[in-house]
Amino acid sequence: MDMKATKKKLGMKERYRVLTRDLGWEPGYQSKEAIFPYVRYEGIKVHDWDKWEDPFRLTMDAYWKYQAEKERKFYAIIDAHAQNNGHLNLTDARYLSALKIFLQAISPGEYAAHKGFARIGREFPGVGTQVACQMQAIDEIRHAQTQIHAMSNYNRYYDGFHAFADARDRIWYTSVARSFFDDAMSAGPFEFMIAIGFSFEYVLTNLLFVPFMSGAAYNGDMATVTFGFSAQSDEARHMTLGLECIKFMLEQDPDNLPIVQGWIDKWFWRGFRVLGLVSTMMDYMLPKRVMSWREAWEIYGVENGGALFRDLARYGIRPPKGWDDAEKAIDHMSHQFMLGLYQWSFGTAFHSWIPSDDDMAWLSAKYPDTFDRHYRPRWAHIKQLKAAGTPFKNYGLARLCQCCQLPCVFTEPGDPTLTCHRETVYKGEKYQFCSDGCKDIFEHEPEKYIQAWLPMPALFSELGGDVAAWMDWVSLRDGADNGDYDGSRDQRHFDEWRGLATSNL
Amino acid sequence: MSTVFIALQANEETRPIIDAIEIDNPQAVVNRQPAMVKIDAPGRLVVRRETIEEQLGRAYDLQELQINLITLSGNVDEDEDTLTLSWNE
Repeated sequence: MDMKATKKKLGMKERYRVLTRDLGWEPGYQSKEAIFPYVRYEGIKVHDWDKWEDPFRLTMDAYWKYQAEKERKFYAIIDAHAQNNGHLNLTDARYLSALKIFLQAISPGEYAAHKGFARIGREFPGVGTQVACQMQAIDEIRHAQTQIHAMSNYNRYYDGFHAFADARDRIWYTSVARSFFDDAMSAGPFEFMIAIGFSFEYVLTNLLFVPFMSGAAYNGDMATVTFGFSAQSDEARHMTLGLECIKFMLEQDPDNLPIVQGWIDKWFWRGFRVLGLVSTMMDYMLPKRVMSWREAWEIYGVENGGALFRDLARYGIRPPKGWDDAEKAIDHMSHQFMLGLYQWSFGTAFHSWIPSDDDMAWLSAKYPDTFDRHYRPRWAHIKQLKAAGTPFKNYGLARLCQCCQLPCVFTEPGDPTLTCHRETVYKGEKYQFCSDGCKDIFEHEPEKYIQAWLPMPALFSELGGDVAAWMDWVSLRDGADNGDYDGSRDQRHFDEWRGLATSNL
Repeated sequence: MSTVFIALQANEETRPIIDAIEIDNPQAVVNRQPAMVKIDAPGRLVVRRETIEEQLGRAYDLQELQINLITLSGNVDEDEDTLTLSWNE
């Protein structure tokens, strides 16, 4: 009779050692310097790579098992969504604008993060770090794919989803997210890690994924909740990797502190600007809202970010330089953004709208110090113009910030009645900025940012200022993908189909 | 004291896990939000395999948490028996 031998299982710490450290080797015929040429030029000093350890101690065998389970759960729901007309369970089709921005601007960022982690997994010498970066590279490509796949169900019925790749490459507002990731990917491996692993994943993704995805659940969007939470289950690991890496750098050598602090300052501000889009999605684009951008910032920015920086203070790290300016912007940014999106809606592959009376009541309750005073009067004016048959459209092109590439629509920290504008001259050329944060970043690395491709100047240099030709080039269908939600094809279709789904006429 | 937290998807698998976390962390506050549950605790939160197994009625590998984890905050330390979140202050 066969006896099944029960081999003693390795403990988690032992298994982690065997499946990371034991996979490495000492090179025999090439020097380490030749194999890992990119780890020194940023100035970060590392004395012992083995000190880096993944606190989850996740090994590849377990990784595949759990990721497969996540995929099974994801596809079970995506199939159910497609089979049961899930798109008609949405609160209303205004919600889709948030998804279109997500697909055009954020999903391609996941793909960029995949490329970045694949690269730095090769560039870092430590085996534990290599394994963690490899997992994250696979996670990120999974996120891009599952997001695109989930949202393809909406592309069958609604406008603005069909050309996300062209939008990613060419349309103006997506260049904000693209320049963020291009900036990170063209940096060295340690800076990339701070940019994506720490600032974006640890400090900022909670603001993007958690309240927004919970919002998707509130708005009946099963498909997005699913890809959101499926992606977010990986983010906990990514955040932990980011935090471990920063602690590792700070523990390895005291000389690393000023370099790391500089990157934290830079990438907090870069990330905060990208998340401006999310503030508008949360405050304006979810027909049913879980919490305001302000409330999300209190939980995930002030409370959680504050805890993090108090923890890192033992290494000499202080909160990012732009932290106070960010706090001053919180009660204004979503309104300033939405006003911008509405006036330039001829050039967006999603719809925007004038908030309803109910929406405005909610906004004034959530923003008691700012909404009624600064923003309600503007919406009231815009509403009047629309009623008079002369809707407010701004066919002028926005001045873009050379660093974050957002239109300069923000106000001075501390004075919401004055537009914030900075400029600097470099090698005889004038450059424009939306804030001190962006100007400081430029001035630290001018040779990098003067190479930025800015969509507004490109409209003139590449297409002679011809807006119709530009729409063709970015695959924007005028009168379908863009403009006011009120009167749009999306609105008409959604109302019609939902009516069909609930009656026999 | 800074808050640590863990957020899990709200589903059948996590219900006993959340119960276990509440048992092991009497100071924790459970916030139920659409589709998710966020558990906050002052300074430190411990997730114990044994307590989860008692609530679940089967053997449990703590790494299974990865499947339903949404986010967390704090320094992580994990072995076979516990997952600990903490801030150093």
